[in-house]
Amino acid sequence: MVHFFTSISRFTMIFLLAIFTYDSFAALRPKTTERARRSRYVRQTVFMYLILINGNLVIYLNTKELRVLFMLAFECVLFAIVLLVFRAAYDGSNKPLVNSMAMLMAIGFIIITRLNIDKAEKQLFFAAVGMIVTALVPLIIKHGAFLSKLTWFYAVFGVGLLGIVLVGGSTVYGAKLNISIGGFTIQPSEFVKILFVFFVSCMFAEATDTRQVLITTAVAALHVLILIASKDLGSAGIFMITYLIMLYVATKNPRWLAVGALLCVLGLILAYFLFSHVRTRFLAWKDPISVVDGAGYQVSQSLFAIGTGGWFGTGLCQGMPDKIPLALSDFVFASIAEEMGGVFALLVIFLCIGVFLLFLNSAMQISDFFYKLLALGLGTCYGAQTFIMIGGVTKFIPSTGVTLPLVSYGGSSLLSTMIIFAIIQGLYVREYQGEEDEYGEQE
Amino acid sequence: MASRNKKDIDLIDLNRTPDRKRKKKKINNNREFSVVMYIFMALFLSLSAYFIYFVGFKSETFINSPYNPRLANMAEHTVRGSIISADGKVLAETKTGKDGTESRVYPYGAEYAHAVGFATNGMSGVELDANFQMLRSHEFFLTRLSEQLTDKKTNGDNCNITIDSRLQDTAYQGMGSYKGAVIAIEPSTGKILCMVSRPDFDPNTVAAEWDSLTTAETSVLLNRATQGLYPPGSTGKIFTTLEYLEEGNDPAKTYDCQGTYTQDGFTIHCYNSEVHGPQDLPAAFANSCNTTFAQMGLTLDPARFTALSTRMLFNRPLPTRLQNVSKSSFSLSEADSDASIMQTSIGQGKTLVTPIHLCMVSAAIANGGVVCEPYIIDSIESVDHTRIKRYKGEEYGSIMTGDEADQMKSLMRGVVENGTGSKLKTDAYTAYGKTGTAEFTDDKSRTHSWFTGVAEKDGKQIAIAVIMEDSGTSSKHAVPLAKKCFDTYFSE
Repeated sequence: MVHFFTSISRFTMIFLLAIFTYDSFAALRPKTTERARRSRYVRQTVFMYLILINGNLVIYLNTKELRVLFMLAFECVLFAIVLLVFRAAYDGSNKPLVNSMAMLMAIGFIIITRLNIDKAEKQLFFAAVGMIVTALVPLIIKHGAFLSKLTWFYAVFGVGLLGIVLVGGSTVYGAKLNISIGGFTIQPSEFVKILFVFFVSCMFAEATDTRQVLITTAVAALHVLILIASKDLGSAGIFMITYLIMLYVATKNPRWLAVGALLCVLGLILAYFLFSHVRTRFLAWKDPISVVDGAGYQVSQSLFAIGTGGWFGTGLCQGMPDKIPLALSDFVFASIAEEMGGVFALLVIFLCIGVFLLFLNSAMQISDFFYKLLALGLGTCYGAQTFIMIGGVTKFIPSTGVTLPLVSYGGSSLLSTMIIFAIIQGLYVREYQGEEDEYGEQE
Repeated sequence: MASRNKKDIDLIDLNRTPDRKRKKKKINNNREFSVVMYIFMALFLSLSAYFIYFVGFKSETFINSPYNPRLANMAEHTVRGSIISADGKVLAETKTGKDGTESRVYPYGAEYAHAVGFATNGMSGVELDANFQMLRSHEFFLTRLSEQLTDKKTNGDNCNITIDSRLQDTAYQGMGSYKGAVIAIEPSTGKILCMVSRPDFDPNTVAAEWDSLTTAETSVLLNRATQGLYPPGSTGKIFTTLEYLEEGNDPAKTYDCQGTYTQDGFTIHCYNSEVHGPQDLPAAFANSCNTTFAQMGLTLDPARFTALSTRMLFNRPLPTRLQNVSKSSFSLSEADSDASIMQTSIGQGKTLVTPIHLCMVSAAIANGGVVCEPYIIDSIESVDHTRIKRYKGEEYGSIMTGDEADQMKSLMRGVVENGTGSKLKTDAYTAYGKTGTAEFTDDKSRTHSWFTGVAEKDGKQIAIAVIMEDSGTSSKHAVPLAKKCFDTYFSE
């Protein structure tokens, strides 16, 4: 009977997520009436809860662990508060964005609970902290005229943090990512990317002449080089892509994009010949089975998981995602694909595309250049990270080890992504309210 | 163009009514945003397409790996499917006892030890190649539903293989007490019709006897048909002949065979030092005249010969879906002594070949020069006989021209009509082939006996390679066994 429920739940969860994802894209269609839109948002919220309950029930029935039910209750309460806070703190907030954020977090909770309930508890705690932080963000944005004047503070603080990791960080899987403060392990690059986007936005909002571009590029290169030296290739990639996109949009000059992309390719080729760990990653990407005992182990296990799961997955608690290294963080996508199915995983990709489009859409509507760039940069960060993560796990591109925002286990990743969502939400609301004021003046 | 762009970036206003006025100035600066959006959409859509491709088409071969820990886990919910021969004989099945314990039963025991393989201790043969497929179930969904409701195991899919049990039986019995291998392939598809390797073992008791099996000096676990590396002996003259023809030599040119030929202090003997007299290519090929081939070999260009060997699939993985197939090896260079060039030309020297490889070459000769990748898994069927997947023969490509294949075929016909393979002369079918007697130690009286060739009748073809270790002349052993197989195959 348990097996039957587990088996059926694969399909119900895929169905729920499919409708949810459809609604998220439908919200982007211009010709929808307000009422239709509203009913979509309500349906999204309901389906998010249904998936959360469905997933956790399957886990409970398979493990008979009462804690799962307690967690489920807490998660339901947390999401209720998140939805309310956003509705209250961000008047006129972008609702599909909030819903998508909640859905991605819910999927994360399910797979983390299934793999390691202690870590799920921690993740819940981080989410609660994140919620408090995000409630404060709109206040800062509202009185945020000073934000565009802290240009060099962002750069110095960001480079400083990355430098500390390079010098004093602990080495995990060959890369230096973390520093420990008072029992907490923090991954600073997750936060520095926000600072970095602030810095670049400040610089380009000020001017976009060649001198300014060169200075900004030099600082950006410094960030990237420190990350490469820490062997954190995934983050280096995210910074690089984000910078190039921001540079292009700010200068409106496609030549920069072309030159930048070319330099990146040259840099990659150079890195391939200079560093053995880059070569290893490349080999593990080309033919992971040939080096399955070494560099290809992670990717091979990930592909075994995705492949064995097939289109509809093994069902929660029926597969072996615990055999994938970093099944909770860098390879969480493979865990999801294995147990919840390839179709579900594909829907997660679509959901992430939807979030990225909502980000860009928000950015487009902002009139102030600084804020516009800020929203664009943060959105690009999100898009690049999602692409690098899922691409690496599925062997579409070489694996570099970054987290899937909101889904992967990890306080730094969760918190920083929630902040990104909150900032964009705040900017969106600010624009809306600013507009109201202007309309008011006209009357 | 401008208006198009404007349309692309049409703003979507999520919380406001559509009729609300918008300010123009916001729309101005969004062209770059559309570009960024398209770049990312392209990236994500190719990622999704790749993901669909992987899950749908690529994953099956990838996950069927001994490194994948999940397959063993699937057995907890599924009764492993059966393996069934082309003529419907059950070669392996899982039986569940009253107490629920499962055992894998091989009704034909040692006869299929290597072809079908075993499912414990790391797996081998079809048990390994179709491991994943047999652990998956495509049973009728209502049956599966009721099984899930009652917590019963579902029945895994069955695997139909290409082996013909009559042919397998003939080949297996025909080997007698000799070590060696027989493999037969259907040239136009690559279907493996029989695959025998001796010495053998009983797959029913592999787990219990594992220690003695792995330490046995005769390496019984080795599938000699696919992994045994043997000097080709005179069957290697097929390659020498091809190179000789490709270098533009006239097949009618004659050499004088005095029974021995000495060059650079090294002497090549014909079998029993028999004096063949003047020999052109067809005669030398039919009589397997060593001295003629040694002289022909000395005229060949080592670099071109090496290139030909690569085209003939030496020194690289064979194109086949079977796992664990050894690479044949061929080596010849300008620096080699005349002695080793002569030896290579008659199939001794450093050349080593697997029986499946020689069989593929014969199959290609029968198939106009085109190699079809050998395969043994024919189809996967659910327990209720719904076909899930049919594996078709895949062409690897041409290893020789159609003309060359015809030429080789007529040379191989000469071997049967008036040469070392005369025992294959019959009205029942037309046989072609090449015999071989390969020395494998310094003791020249001990030899492996080889035969590779083709038989055909009314468009039905079969290619075969037979090796019987340490048995002596091919005409007494390998050729009669090949005949038995051909007889069985063409008997109705």
